[in-house]
Amino acid sequence: MSGRRTARPAGDGGRAAASGARRSLRRRQSVIAWTFALPFVVLFAWFTLIPLLSSFAMSFTDFRSADVQSPFAVDFVGLDQYVKLFQSTQFLRSLRTTGYFVVVGIPLTMGIALILAVALNSGITRFRVAFRTGFYTPVVTSIVAVAVVWRFILQQDGPLNAILGGLGISAPDWLNSTTWAMPAMIGLGAWRNMGTLMVIFLAGLQTIPAELTEAALTDGAGPVRRFTRITLPLMRPTLLFGAVLLSVWYLQFFEEPYVMTQGGPLDATLSVSYFAFKQFGFGNYAYASAASYVLFVAIALLSMVMFRGLRART
Amino acid sequence: METTTTGRGRSLWDHVVARRRLLIYLALLVAVVVTLLPFMWMLLGSFKTQGEILRDPAGFLPQHPTTENYGTWFTRLHLGRFFLNSLVVAVVTVVGNLLFCSMVGYALAKFDFAGKRLVFALVMITLMVPGVVTFVPLFVLVAKLGLTNTYAALILPFLTSPLGVFMMRQFIGGIPDALLEAARIDGAGELRIWARIVMPLCGPPLATLGILTFLGSWNNFLWPLVAAQTEDMYTLPVALSLYSTGQIATQYGLLLAGSVLVIAPIVLVFVFLQRYFTQGIATVGVR
Repeated sequence: MSGRRTARPAGDGGRAAASGARRSLRRRQSVIAWTFALPFVVLFAWFTLIPLLSSFAMSFTDFRSADVQSPFAVDFVGLDQYVKLFQSTQFLRSLRTTGYFVVVGIPLTMGIALILAVALNSGITRFRVAFRTGFYTPVVTSIVAVAVVWRFILQQDGPLNAILGGLGISAPDWLNSTTWAMPAMIGLGAWRNMGTLMVIFLAGLQTIPAELTEAALTDGAGPVRRFTRITLPLMRPTLLFGAVLLSVWYLQFFEEPYVMTQGGPLDATLSVSYFAFKQFGFGNYAYASAASYVLFVAIALLSMVMFRGLRART
Repeated sequence: METTTTGRGRSLWDHVVARRRLLIYLALLVAVVVTLLPFMWMLLGSFKTQGEILRDPAGFLPQHPTTENYGTWFTRLHLGRFFLNSLVVAVVTVVGNLLFCSMVGYALAKFDFAGKRLVFALVMITLMVPGVVTFVPLFVLVAKLGLTNTYAALILPFLTSPLGVFMMRQFIGGIPDALLEAARIDGAGELRIWARIVMPLCGPPLATLGILTFLGSWNNFLWPLVAAQTEDMYTLPVALSLYSTGQIATQYGLLLAGSVLVIAPIVLVFVFLQRYFTQGIATVGVR
């Protein structure tokens, strides 16, 4: 982080006085800038960077909760924690569960959000803000609070099943079924996140020039054709951006099962994040760190691939 | 968006458009009611007695409305203390973020300094770090500092946000250099320029950052659940989360009242300031 090495050696023409003045100006700039950056950098280093690196280092040791008091008892174990992870059926299952949430949840959430955004952008003016506010409300509300009412709605003899029963559908006991707990989580996830995506998509839709749509209209293109030939291609960057965001969030899938099912029934909703959190609770700090790093790498890789796609297509 | 540029059959076309619009309104209305239905259930259920909820779990309107559930929260369950904790943590977190993010944002946007690229790169990388990754070392760190179960433990890890730095840097970058140069020529110091010129211009991003930070802090529960260990340090979501799996797990009316109390302040703030919520999301695209 040394400034002198990166500073340009001499000015053009080699006028020493001018370049000296420039260097001292640059040094002054550096001092001022670092003064402004200091409070952030200290807090950020202490509470984000160092934990991030220690977690990485920890994952190659046998650190447990008991070792907090006696750090010298900790041994370097190489990749043992990672090997153990990939031999654990519970961890492998949590990978599949997280994958299920991502693969089904992302298209579902994006689909709903896109439909809402297109409907809100279809030229209606009255109640537009009210609708938008309504669809966005689940985003701002606490998951803990929302979970209370969702657990209530989803119980065996709760309101949802009463409605479904009225329609002649025999519904499952959502949260206690190994098959249906995950669809319930995905539904809850879509409900909580569709508002954010809707707002992003609305912003994207508003950048589509009205002349284009009008021109297509004059050429006799129907609404479906206009949507697939004009709206969708022009929305591609926005859609991809939304997909990247959602995949970063959905890969961290944790809060829904934590408040709704505690990872059950029979680990059916135990995600990778949840697995790591549980191991932390058991005091297996190193093992938990390894699991969380597997997740971090997955998130980094996926978003890198998607961002590359985003750049290539635009 | 539908404009009658074709010219022919105007009245027929208008009719089609009007009918289509009506259908869209109807569909949106149904969708918004379905979206908000859980909140309706929450609100209505919070006025029901335990007996009524058990008798008819699928019932909608309360038969004998009661405010007893709310009374219990205020008297027996120390709601005031939880509310105060949530508020203190959120306000300090917001102030810290506004201050520190705008300072470093100014440095990153308007100065050329050694280590600038590194600082920015590290900030961007941490945007993608899942919460669980830093969870364990953070817990160990806080324990070692002897801060477990203090306000400091609840606040310190959230005083900075990579997203906030990114937002402030982007916005401050758009402020013309000429403005800052003019002040420098007039002899203003850098701190003065930041406080008197940069900050007043940053109203919109500061509002967005402040609201998003407040929201994140108010709804945060995982870290506070671990960091707060005695009841006097619980924030609202921690209290609700522990109660809903603990001593009052089956008292739905009481839990629903608690849920209403947790989300009511945020929903109120949201309805009045919703422009800033949605603007922030739309421009930055991150919660």
